[in-house]
Amino acid sequence: MAQNRDQLTNRTDNAIRRHMRKMIFLCAPLVASVLTGCVQVTAPDKPIVINLNIAIRQEILYKLSAASEKVIQENPGVF
Amino acid sequence: MKVSVEMMTAALLLGAIATSAIAFQSGRDPAYQNARESGLVGEKSDGYLGFVVPPSSAVRALVEDINIKRKAVYSKEALANGATVEEMALRTGCRLIAERTVSGEKYQTSSGQWRTRDGTAPELDSRCPQ
Repeated sequence: MAQNRDQLTNRTDNAIRRHMRKMIFLCAPLVASVLTGCVQVTAPDKPIVINLNIAIRQEILYKLSAASEKVIQENPGVF
Repeated sequence: MKVSVEMMTAALLLGAIATSAIAFQSGRDPAYQNARESGLVGEKSDGYLGFVVPPSSAVRALVEDINIKRKAVYSKEALANGATVEEMALRTGCRLIAERTVSGEKYQTSSGQWRTRDGTAPELDSRCPQ
Protein backbone atom coordinates (compact mmCIF):
# COMPACT_ATOMS: atom_id res chain seq x y z
CA MET A 1 0.00 0.00 0.00
CA ALA A 2 2.73 2.40 1.08
CA GLN A 3 4.90 1.31 -1.85
CA ASN A 4 2.00 1.80 -4.24
CA ARG A 5 1.52 5.36 -2.97
CA ASP A 6 5.23 6.13 -3.44
CA GLN A 7 5.11 4.92 -7.03
CA LEU A 8 2.07 7.06 -7.69
CA THR A 9 3.78 10.12 -6.19
CA ASN A 10 6.98 9.55 -8.18
CA ARG A 11 5.02 9.17 -11.36
CA THR A 12 3.25 12.46 -10.72
CA ASP A 13 6.58 14.18 -9.88
CA ASN A 14 8.17 12.91 -13.07
CA ALA A 15 5.25 14.19 -15.11
CA ILE A 16 5.58 17.64 -13.49
CA ARG A 17 9.37 17.70 -14.06
CA ARG A 18 8.98 16.82 -17.72
CA HIS A 19 6.35 19.48 -18.14
CA MET A 20 8.45 22.13 -16.33
CA ARG A 21 11.46 21.34 -18.53
CA LYS A 22 9.32 21.98 -21.57
CA MET A 23 7.96 25.19 -20.04
CA ILE A 24 11.48 26.53 -19.26
CA PHE A 25 12.57 25.67 -22.80
CA LEU A 26 9.58 27.53 -24.25
CA CYS A 27 9.85 30.55 -21.91
CA ALA A 28 13.59 31.10 -22.32
CA PRO A 29 13.29 33.38 -25.41
CA LEU A 30 10.46 35.29 -23.73
CA VAL A 31 12.53 35.93 -20.57
CA ALA A 32 15.52 37.00 -22.65
CA SER A 33 13.44 39.52 -24.60
CA VAL A 34 12.06 40.97 -21.36
CA LEU A 35 15.58 41.38 -19.94
CA THR A 36 16.92 43.18 -23.03
CA GLY A 37 13.99 45.58 -22.85
CA CYS A 38 15.25 47.06 -19.56
CA VAL A 39 14.91 50.86 -19.12
CA GLN A 40 18.35 52.39 -19.52
CA VAL A 41 19.20 55.22 -17.11
CA THR A 42 22.32 57.22 -17.94
CA ALA A 43 23.76 60.19 -16.00
CA PRO A 44 23.57 63.53 -17.87
CA ASP A 45 26.90 64.72 -19.30
CA LYS A 46 26.19 68.33 -18.28
CA PRO A 47 26.10 69.38 -14.61
CA ILE A 48 22.65 69.89 -13.15
CA VAL A 49 22.05 73.62 -12.69
CA ILE A 50 19.34 74.80 -10.34
CA ASN A 51 18.41 78.35 -11.17
CA LEU A 52 17.80 80.13 -7.88
CA ASN A 53 16.74 83.29 -9.69
CA ILE A 54 13.38 81.67 -10.15
CA ALA A 55 12.55 82.96 -6.67
CA ILE A 56 12.56 86.57 -7.96
CA ARG A 57 9.01 87.71 -8.70
CA GLN A 58 8.98 90.39 -11.36
CA GLU A 59 5.81 92.10 -10.15
CA ILE A 60 7.30 92.44 -6.67
CA LEU A 61 10.35 94.22 -8.11
CA TYR A 62 8.09 96.94 -9.49
CA LYS A 63 6.45 97.39 -6.11
CA LEU A 64 9.82 97.75 -4.38
CA SER A 65 10.72 100.97 -6.16
CA ALA A 66 9.91 103.27 -3.24
CA ALA A 67 11.30 100.82 -0.68
CA SER A 68 14.68 100.62 -2.43
CA GLU A 69 14.86 104.42 -2.59
CA LYS A 70 14.05 104.62 1.12
CA VAL A 71 16.65 102.01 2.06
CA ILE A 72 19.41 103.91 0.27
CA GLN A 73 18.37 107.28 1.69
CA GLU A 74 18.10 106.03 5.26
CA ASN A 75 21.37 104.10 5.32
CA PRO A 76 23.97 106.38 3.74
CA GLY A 77 26.90 104.57 5.35
CA VAL A 78 26.34 101.18 3.73
CA PHE A 79 25.65 102.20 0.12
CA MET B 1 56.37 132.45 -8.36
CA LYS B 2 55.42 132.87 -4.75
CA VAL B 3 51.88 133.84 -5.75
CA SER B 4 51.52 130.77 -7.93
CA VAL B 5 52.73 128.49 -5.10
CA GLU B 6 50.15 130.05 -2.79
CA MET B 7 47.46 129.58 -5.40
CA MET B 8 48.45 125.98 -5.89
CA THR B 9 48.30 125.36 -2.15
CA ALA B 10 44.93 127.03 -1.94
CA ALA B 11 43.64 124.97 -4.86
CA LEU B 12 44.90 121.75 -3.30
CA LEU B 13 43.32 122.66 0.02
CA LEU B 14 40.03 123.45 -1.66
CA GLY B 15 40.21 120.17 -3.54
CA ALA B 16 40.84 118.25 -0.33
CA ILE B 17 37.94 120.01 1.38
CA ALA B 18 35.67 119.32 -1.59
CA THR B 19 36.60 115.62 -1.64
CA SER B 20 36.02 115.22 2.07
CA ALA B 21 32.77 117.15 1.72
CA ILE B 22 31.57 114.65 -0.92
CA ALA B 23 32.62 111.76 1.29
CA PHE B 24 30.90 113.33 4.26
CA GLN B 25 27.78 114.03 2.26
CA SER B 26 27.56 110.44 1.04
CA GLY B 27 28.10 109.24 4.61
CA ARG B 28 30.68 106.72 3.48
CA ASP B 29 33.72 105.59 5.37
CA PRO B 30 36.70 107.26 3.60
CA ALA B 31 38.39 103.87 3.15
CA TYR B 32 35.25 102.54 1.44
CA GLN B 33 34.95 105.67 -0.72
CA ASN B 34 38.59 105.29 -1.70
CA ALA B 35 38.16 101.58 -2.56
CA ARG B 36 35.22 102.47 -4.82
CA GLU B 37 37.03 105.31 -6.55
CA SER B 38 40.14 103.25 -7.17
CA GLY B 39 38.09 100.39 -8.63
CA LEU B 40 39.03 97.78 -6.02
CA VAL B 41 35.39 97.12 -5.22
CA GLY B 42 32.21 97.53 -7.21
CA GLU B 43 28.47 97.13 -7.12
CA LYS B 44 27.18 93.67 -8.01
CA SER B 45 23.82 93.20 -9.71
CA ASP B 46 22.50 91.31 -6.67
CA GLY B 47 22.64 94.39 -4.43
CA TYR B 48 25.91 93.67 -2.65
CA LEU B 49 29.49 94.84 -3.01
CA GLY B 50 32.01 92.65 -4.76
CA PHE B 51 35.76 92.52 -5.26
CA VAL B 52 36.98 93.55 -8.69
CA VAL B 53 40.51 92.44 -7.83
CA PRO B 54 41.64 90.06 -5.06
CA PRO B 55 41.23 92.19 -1.94
CA SER B 56 43.64 93.03 0.85
CA SER B 57 42.50 91.84 4.27
CA ALA B 58 41.47 95.39 5.16
CA VAL B 59 39.33 95.79 2.03
CA ARG B 60 37.83 92.34 2.53
CA ALA B 61 36.85 93.16 6.10
CA LEU B 62 35.39 96.49 5.01
CA VAL B 63 33.28 94.98 2.23
CA GLU B 64 32.08 92.04 4.32
CA ASP B 65 31.03 94.43 7.08
CA ILE B 66 29.08 96.60 4.63
CA ASN B 67 27.46 93.56 2.98
CA ILE B 68 26.30 92.24 6.34
CA LYS B 69 24.77 95.62 7.13
CA ARG B 70 23.17 95.75 3.69
CA LYS B 71 21.63 92.33 4.20
CA ALA B 72 20.22 93.50 7.53
CA VAL B 73 18.50 96.56 6.00
CA TYR B 74 17.31 94.52 2.99
CA SER B 75 15.82 91.92 5.33
CA LYS B 76 14.01 94.54 7.39
CA GLU B 77 12.59 96.33 4.35
CA ALA B 78 11.72 93.08 2.55
CA LEU B 79 9.67 91.97 5.54
CA ALA B 80 7.80 95.29 5.58
CA ASN B 81 6.94 94.91 1.88
CA GLY B 82 6.11 91.21 1.65
CA ALA B 83 9.14 90.54 -0.52
CA THR B 84 12.06 88.15 -0.16
CA VAL B 85 15.47 89.45 0.87
CA GLU B 86 16.80 88.53 -2.59
CA GLU B 87 14.07 90.52 -4.32
CA MET B 88 14.70 93.55 -2.13
CA ALA B 89 18.47 93.25 -2.67
CA LEU B 90 18.14 92.89 -6.45
CA ARG B 91 15.81 95.85 -6.74
CA THR B 92 18.11 98.03 -4.65
CA GLY B 93 21.09 96.75 -6.67
CA CYS B 94 19.40 97.99 -9.87
CA ARG B 95 19.06 101.43 -8.32
CA LEU B 96 22.56 101.43 -6.85
CA ILE B 97 24.15 100.70 -10.23
CA ALA B 98 21.91 103.03 -12.20
CA GLU B 99 21.87 105.96 -9.79
CA ARG B 100 24.66 105.62 -7.26
CA THR B 101 27.71 104.63 -9.27
CA VAL B 102 29.60 107.54 -10.75
CA SER B 103 31.90 107.66 -13.74
CA GLY B 104 35.00 105.55 -13.14
CA GLU B 105 33.39 103.25 -10.56
CA LYS B 106 32.91 99.55 -11.18
CA TYR B 107 29.71 97.52 -11.46
CA GLN B 108 29.04 93.92 -12.33
CA THR B 109 26.63 92.79 -15.02
CA SER B 110 24.26 89.90 -14.36
CA SER B 111 26.61 87.67 -16.40
CA GLY B 112 29.36 88.41 -13.89
CA GLN B 113 31.57 90.77 -15.89
CA TRP B 114 32.99 93.89 -14.28
CA ARG B 115 32.39 97.13 -16.16
CA THR B 116 33.46 100.69 -15.50
CA ARG B 117 30.79 103.35 -15.44
CA ASP B 118 31.16 105.99 -18.10
CA GLY B 119 28.76 108.53 -19.54
CA THR B 120 26.50 105.85 -21.05
CA ALA B 121 23.70 103.94 -19.36
CA PRO B 122 24.92 100.89 -17.41
CA GLU B 123 24.05 97.33 -18.44
CA LEU B 124 21.47 96.39 -15.82
CA ASP B 125 20.03 92.99 -14.95
CA SER B 126 17.18 92.15 -17.33
CA ARG B 127 14.83 91.86 -14.35
CA CYS B 128 15.41 95.46 -13.26
CA PRO B 129 12.24 97.53 -13.76
CA GLN B 130 12.85 100.07 -16.50
